Amino acid sequence: MNLTPLRIGFVPLLDVAPIAIAHELGFAQSEGLALGLHRAPSWSSLRDMLIWGRVDAAQMLAPVPVAMALGLGGDFAQLDILQVLSVNGDVVGVSNALAARLRDVGHDFAFANAQMAAHDLALAARGPLRIGVPFPFSTHVELVTYWLRASGVAYELCTIPPPRMAEALAAGEVDAFCVGEPWGSVAVELGAGTLLLPSRAIWAVAPEKVLAARHDWVCENPDLTGRMMRAIWRAAKWLSAPENRMTASEILSRAEYVNAPTDVLERALRGEMVISNKGELRQVPDMIRFFDGAASFPWRSQAAWFAAQIAQRHGLDIDASMRSAKSLCRTDLYRENLRSAGADLPGASEKLEGSLTHATAVASERGQMILAPDAFFDGFIFDPDVPNG
Amino acid sequence: MKLHIVIVEPDQDRARLMIDSLRPLGHAVTVIAEAAGLARRVRDLAPDIVLIDMANPSRDTLEEMALASGPLDRPVAFFVDRTDRDLTHQAIEAGVSAYVVDGLQPDRVATVMDAAIMRFQMFRRMRTELETTRRALEERKLIDRAKGILMKARGLSEEDAYALLRKAAMDQGRKVAEVAGALVTAAGLLS
Repeated sequence: MNLTPLRIGFVPLLDVAPIAIAHELGFAQSEGLALGLHRAPSWSSLRDMLIWGRVDAAQMLAPVPVAMALGLGGDFAQLDILQVLSVNGDVVGVSNALAARLRDVGHDFAFANAQMAAHDLALAARGPLRIGVPFPFSTHVELVTYWLRASGVAYELCTIPPPRMAEALAAGEVDAFCVGEPWGSVAVELGAGTLLLPSRAIWAVAPEKVLAARHDWVCENPDLTGRMMRAIWRAAKWLSAPENRMTASEILSRAEYVNAPTDVLERALRGEMVISNKGELRQVPDMIRFFDGAASFPWRSQAAWFAAQIAQRHGLDIDASMRSAKSLCRTDLYRENLRSAGADLPGASEKLEGSLTHATAVASERGQMILAPDAFFDGFIFDPDVPNG
Repeated sequence: MKLHIVIVEPDQDRARLMIDSLRPLGHAVTVIAEAAGLARRVRDLAPDIVLIDMANPSRDTLEEMALASGPLDRPVAFFVDRTDRDLTHQAIEAGVSAYVVDGLQPDRVATVMDAAIMRFQMFRRMRTELETTRRALEERKLIDRAKGILMKARGLSEEDAYALLRKAAMDQGRKVAEVAGALVTAAGLLS
């Protein structure tokens, strides 16, 4: 069979898994695709590679296409959000010095309660905290901003590339960070810090990375787009089987992908997080998710939440921003391309975000599908039709 | 008007070459080699243009500054001039990215970018050449070891050993170095 070449860009992180697995285990090949995977050194470089056509599609921080649609960080091109690659998967960590002060004020490091963590952080912090994040437009920035907005914690965000995060924490460049796995756990392994929260404690289903492509490329390549989406969706399904975690970790640990220890990657996939160099273990169900609970569906309401947050911070029209963000989510293509692959599809393309505290069955094309809990730590419910900030 | 250009470059030799190509244009050039505290240092220096290798992960730190818009900031505003698509393509091809202070005349930016792009193309060529040389050297070593194994195991001359390797490679449609690598690995397992 003649394979069609397709170039996809990525940044070395655990959540590149669906793209790597689609390539390594033949899901792409079954769709007649020969993937050329391009590892990017930074998010800005990956964005430029995508915009200027050096890759056809890319793993992208979910808020990047949204910010770009709002004209922030450069009005380059429209990026379509084809599907969500991963949900959750980030951790908040603190330096050894800050961890010690947190223990002094009685913080339990239960690694679960964001309200409590913010409260104790306000007690423990001496002056404004410098918090490392991977990119100015990222789930990390949105989650940290949302989490600390009413906490009384003064802070400043510093952009640090993920693989440098442990080093920056150890060197005292930052007091804390929010970063995607495995780089948080790597900081623990190196003895540079202690983990405080999994990102899911702030928002239980934060979309982390999306599969993005230029809007004009998607329009010109409908068939290729469909084949790519199916290959990656099948890889995500494969990743959802617990027995495949070890294989996935071994593949991802290789130098051309994440270049991190296999066991660290596997622990994150299993949700067994070692939070300190004393070996304290915390179980985190849903630490990172690729498939179950409609994880890959590009909910318009999730893009709207990012847009509302970003618009508010940058003084933009919230209602208009939410509308542009929603239009990036190609739920039409998701339905069209993945129905034939066997995906169950939700009845609606947007939902109230934060209303589910338990796994809940909702109407789907095949009857009912189970959505995962999606609560915000403060019980807030976001209505994508109301510009409430 | 003299421009203040900051180059973010950990490699001293490369930084030196960049300085040599930009100073003759009459610009002031400062080099930052360390990733730590990059944003603060660039802010303190308040340059007109920042040049950074696209392969440098610290580039994301500069993106943050492109958003700063306080009255005291001199924000570096964009990735090379968007109005000049050719220049942008050349810059990406060469692997150089630039952040330019808002309002700077496009032709002044273009002159600096042209010089930077030329340097980066040279770096890229040097890197490719170095890589090719390194690989050739490794392949030659591998072939020498495979020849040695064949000479010892089958009592062949060096010439015959090489001929045998080349024939095996041709028969299998593979490179001589690949066949040699397989032989060396297999011999390692058997010994």
